[in-house]
Amino acid sequence: MSHTTTDAPVPVGTRSVPPDGASPRKQPRWRRDFPIDWQEDDYVSRRDLIKYVVLTSGAFVVGQLCVVYKSLFARRATAFEASAVASVNELAVGGAKTFAYPPGSTPRLLVRTGARAFVAYDQQCTHLQCPVIPVVEQGKLHCPCHNGWFDLRTGDAIAGPPQRRLPRVLVEVRADTVYATGVEDAAT
Amino acid sequence: MPVPEMLEFFVDPGRCIGCQACIQACSECDTHKGQSMIQLDYVDRARSTQTLPVICMHCDSPTCAEVCPADAIKRTEDGVVQTARKPRCIACNNCVLACPFGVPKMSTRMNLMMKCDMCYDRTSIGLKPMCASVCPSQALAFGTRAELAKLRPGSKPVNTFQFGRQTIRTKVNVMVPMGVRREIVDVTAAMYEPTIGRDILDDAFFEEALFEEASLGVREP
Repeated sequence: MSHTTTDAPVPVGTRSVPPDGASPRKQPRWRRDFPIDWQEDDYVSRRDLIKYVVLTSGAFVVGQLCVVYKSLFARRATAFEASAVASVNELAVGGAKTFAYPPGSTPRLLVRTGARAFVAYDQQCTHLQCPVIPVVEQGKLHCPCHNGWFDLRTGDAIAGPPQRRLPRVLVEVRADTVYATGVEDAAT
Repeated sequence: MPVPEMLEFFVDPGRCIGCQACIQACSECDTHKGQSMIQLDYVDRARSTQTLPVICMHCDSPTCAEVCPADAIKRTEDGVVQTARKPRCIACNNCVLACPFGVPKMSTRMNLMMKCDMCYDRTSIGLKPMCASVCPSQALAFGTRAELAKLRPGSKPVNTFQFGRQTIRTKVNVMVPMGVRREIVDVTAAMYEPTIGRDILDDAFFEEALFEEASLGVREP
């Protein structure tokens, strides 16, 4: 980090003299890295600058490549399997229950909106992961934490802080049982 | 802009009259944030009126900066050791304890070590530091060597000090009588000499040393 140095005696007030009095060149690495003189402390060598710029931009490039890789190749490999989550008679119209789909997922919310109409969404608000509450008579889902509102029919964010829609779980009614058949991606 | 090379600081403790004008002036310097960084030492207050203004000596190898674990104390190109840099200072007090002259002061209000920076805003444009501009007896004088030689024919500037095994060269000069042969002021040589009048020891290390010497039979307690 230090300037080009000579072994000539250092005049007073030009460069701080290390306690051992030896030439700046013979000083340990840490002393050259943390010089006492303001000028040398502020000094950035061309090599250091280039190293910094190249490594930093390299890190950004690697980050971007990771994002590209994830969006292209890291899709879910296996298809969703249908699984029964409730029987039709289990819920009254306007009633709701939570379930996990696929097993081990974050809680999902199943809402009965009509005689044979069901919708299901991820229960976590897309703002700060508070559980949302269905308000079926208004056709909305409400997040009480920061007064966020979602459309019950589509899962779109309609008011409050959330910006993204709720991830939707596809449901199907076969005979008297409600099956979950897949999950729509959260990103629109 | 660096402090002009030919302008130097000269401290002449023998001329100090203890008026405290420097202390007041110091706090008015723009870089000192209203804080005075000069202290006035009383040499032997019970018996003498002698006082001694303490300003930073701006060492060639600043011990305060050497001991700073946060790399906060920096010396400018003209050899002026500045107050710790605020973003770096961790208020650890290492410099306060290490400085052989006892200059750095910890400002607990700001969590920052502040010390005499020779009024860098003034000296870097060729003005005198606040203290030197107000000192009525010029115990703190700022000027060229030639000026001083003319004004003080009886004394000469010395800027090398000895603290035990540590030799320190400073940017600031201390005036000593012309007759003094030695070019080095040995500051700690008289440290353990009994004081005049009141012989009260408050140095635990020295008492320990005396005790050891007595137990070894080297010297009677």
